[in-house]
Amino acid sequence: MVTTERRYKVVGTRPIRHDGVDKVTGRAQYGADIRLPGMLYGRMLRSPHAHARIKRIDTSKAAALPGVKAVITAADFPPDEDEERVTNFGPFVVKFRWYRDNLMASDKVLYQGHAVAAVCATDQHIAEDALRLIKVEYELLPLVLDVRDAMLDDAPILQEGVKAPESMGQGADKPSNVNMHIHHEVGDVEAGFGEADVIIEREFETTMVHQGYIELQNGSAFWNKDDEVTIWTSTQGNFGMRDTTAKILQLPVSKVKVSPVEIGGGFGGKIHSYLEPIAALLSKKSGRPVKMYMSRTDVLQGTGPTCGTYDRIKIGAKKDGTIVAAEAYLAYEAGAYMGAPIMPGCMAVFAPYKIPHQRVDGYEVFVNKPRVSAYRAPGAPAAEYASECVIDELAEKLDMDPIELRLQNASVEGTTRADGYKFGIIGNVAVLEAAKNSPHYRSELTGENRGRGVASGFWFNIGQESGAIVAVNADGTVSLSLGSPDIGGTRVAIAMQLAETLGITAQDVKPQIVDTDSVGYTFVTGGSRTAFAGGWAAHEAALDVRRLLEERAAAIWECERADVAYGDDGVIRGPKDEDGKERSFTFKEIAAQLPDTGGRVTGRADTNKTSSGPAFATHIVDVEVDPETGKVEILRYTAVQDPGIAIHPSYVEGQVQGGAAQGIGMALNEEYFYDDEGHLLNSSLLDYRTPTALDLPMIETILAEVPNPGHPYGVRGVGEVPIIPPAPALHAAINNAIGVRMNKLPMSPRAILEKTILAEE
Amino acid sequence: MTTRIVVRATINGEEMEFLADERDSLLEALRERVGLTGTKEGCNDGNCGACSVILDGRLVNSCLVMAAEVNESEITTVEGLARQEELIPLQQTFLEEAALQCGICTPGFLIAAKALLDQNATPSEQEIRYWLAGNLCRCTGYDKIVRAVLRTAAENGS
Repeated sequence: MVTTERRYKVVGTRPIRHDGVDKVTGRAQYGADIRLPGMLYGRMLRSPHAHARIKRIDTSKAAALPGVKAVITAADFPPDEDEERVTNFGPFVVKFRWYRDNLMASDKVLYQGHAVAAVCATDQHIAEDALRLIKVEYELLPLVLDVRDAMLDDAPILQEGVKAPESMGQGADKPSNVNMHIHHEVGDVEAGFGEADVIIEREFETTMVHQGYIELQNGSAFWNKDDEVTIWTSTQGNFGMRDTTAKILQLPVSKVKVSPVEIGGGFGGKIHSYLEPIAALLSKKSGRPVKMYMSRTDVLQGTGPTCGTYDRIKIGAKKDGTIVAAEAYLAYEAGAYMGAPIMPGCMAVFAPYKIPHQRVDGYEVFVNKPRVSAYRAPGAPAAEYASECVIDELAEKLDMDPIELRLQNASVEGTTRADGYKFGIIGNVAVLEAAKNSPHYRSELTGENRGRGVASGFWFNIGQESGAIVAVNADGTVSLSLGSPDIGGTRVAIAMQLAETLGITAQDVKPQIVDTDSVGYTFVTGGSRTAFAGGWAAHEAALDVRRLLEERAAAIWECERADVAYGDDGVIRGPKDEDGKERSFTFKEIAAQLPDTGGRVTGRADTNKTSSGPAFATHIVDVEVDPETGKVEILRYTAVQDPGIAIHPSYVEGQVQGGAAQGIGMALNEEYFYDDEGHLLNSSLLDYRTPTALDLPMIETILAEVPNPGHPYGVRGVGEVPIIPPAPALHAAINNAIGVRMNKLPMSPRAILEKTILAEE
Repeated sequence: MTTRIVVRATINGEEMEFLADERDSLLEALRERVGLTGTKEGCNDGNCGACSVILDGRLVNSCLVMAAEVNESEITTVEGLARQEELIPLQQTFLEEAALQCGICTPGFLIAAKALLDQNATPSEQEIRYWLAGNLCRCTGYDKIVRAVLRTAAENGS
């Protein structure tokens, strides 16, 4: 359901996506579908230990196996002139050595599943046989798995050379697993709490969880005799992957090309490189193209899930519900190398609220688990789960409706966040009002062990660089070249914005993702930015086309350029002719004349948008808790969100529903189980159980559109914020059903039974 | 060492012979030997359903079937659903209902839903959810997939 009326001809409609037929007929080519002449299969050997020094690797037997064409270890990577330098790998800024060592361990393995060697062979089974012939001698080291344990003085140290941040005061400058400390403060927190009638302080824990994309990580490469490398990989950022691969391989960027393939889900987990430079090195050594793809176990053990966290939240309010002060302590696991989303966590934790006095401290901490990666609104679900649960408890204590409490304290235009950022026009109140007035919230819920919960979420969204090239064809269709991998319908959403600006139909646009040599630099598909920034680039490229066609029309009509105007209806109008008749061209008419009047035209744009449109969401959920088993059944679910303007409402709804489903999985059953030695005990999709069709109801969506004034079509960005409210909404619903506050994720049947049984004893 | 075996099967209505490794699953053989890459690997242990195919009339995970087992069998993969350029109603409805985002699970869902509708032309929402519980989707939350199957059944069911 969209709450506002459609404003545009194309934007707001629901055309069939251009890449749809290929995707329902099996013809779409995803990363692992690549087949190249003479192609070899690459496989990776991974560490069985969570923390160990590598004493010796013997690859001789593997290399001698018939069919094996190359074996590599970390020693095969070209050395960097300064391994300790901090540099960019796609959007990530980290030490060179850390990034390279995560691709393949050199001196130490830091988590189970850490890559140590790779082989390529003529057949995938031979490659697997060869792995078993590689002998690695390890010296086991003490390990640490929990974020709080890792912060203790006597904790085993993962990264030698890392000292506790000075801002931590005591213990600073000692070897430490704390890689980063963030501190935000506004107002006078002590004085703020002094004004409060009610203060609630609670501790929360969340566990490491995986994005769970269905497509396994893959990467294929061919290194030719001119030292040019072509990469085929399912990545969220072709350009970031190109730059990262070039840097690791010590090649000029122009020598590396990422060729586009379809991507089977990412959610933040397919931004980092895991295989591409390795496939390239295997290709260089063997002289043949090499295809690699991971097993599901490798994906769960060796890629980048999101962190487990320990969080403490304190909120104070007056009797009338006015929140006066808030304090957060957030400790996030980085995994083995830098990467915890602590910065956005600290900025987001209280963002839905107008709170005069706030203090936020955040810590990034190394533990012997895989280096964490982005996962849909990275850092926000844990922080906002913690803060939203306290808000819900506050409403209960004050005997207020939880939406009314939120409305009373909602951040609005001009509200300052803990990090000092001041909001522009935002949809927080509109979303809360839409939730309050929704059929779901107004309905009555009755029955034993049933409860309703609500929670809100905030996410930034980002802009960044995007390129677009628009070639006008003589038949009046246009070819649109883009650099953003299309994970969930962004080709159509961007094409629609181009069509709107040109005054043509979405079907007359052919959008395609092209290689990194064929369009301007484009940042990752992530940060809810692709429909926003890609659409903006397409809009600007369309304006370029409009200018070129105005010039051409002026030339054809032999009139002044200034007397020609391209209308939003797609009609170009000029001055009246000698007989006093109106002169005009439709888009198709002028396109047909292009070849004979100077040639076809191409519009282009390279944009770099530093603004963004913050997103807010409120979810409502009804549950029934089975007191015998602890299982939570979701009876009804409604997700309210401000997308700005929904370009293609079906795909906006889809993003909202998918984000809610991932949030529900994170809330109710997903969890990394490690034993004391750091072995992941549930590294399959049977044991790491994501929600199935049977676990979920239909997810009702309400799009409360508050156009972003900072975008030509009002887009804010959609994909990330819906993952945030499910966990705290379910926490509230479970509390309303059985009177138990689950302050640890996941709120699994086991966890609920433990809490209810313990409560009875 | 690898040992190759000859497998004869009818795939998407076409009789063919291919060489498979004796260790190949049907999934590996379809993708890497026959070149039908529409069938996807998501877990290789029968838990995600991305590799669903119809084998002699039964819905199976092709990662759990050995290539050697399918000799003289009839197999339908996602590439065999559309007739020439004409989509079957399920494919068309998936497009109209936006029942796919990244599309990697879509072949498996189409095959599984086809197998369901072949034996139950008018399934309830609950029956659809139960039947499709063996196919994981991480993008959609299943809402639009279930709606697409419901609508296909309503428009084409007996």
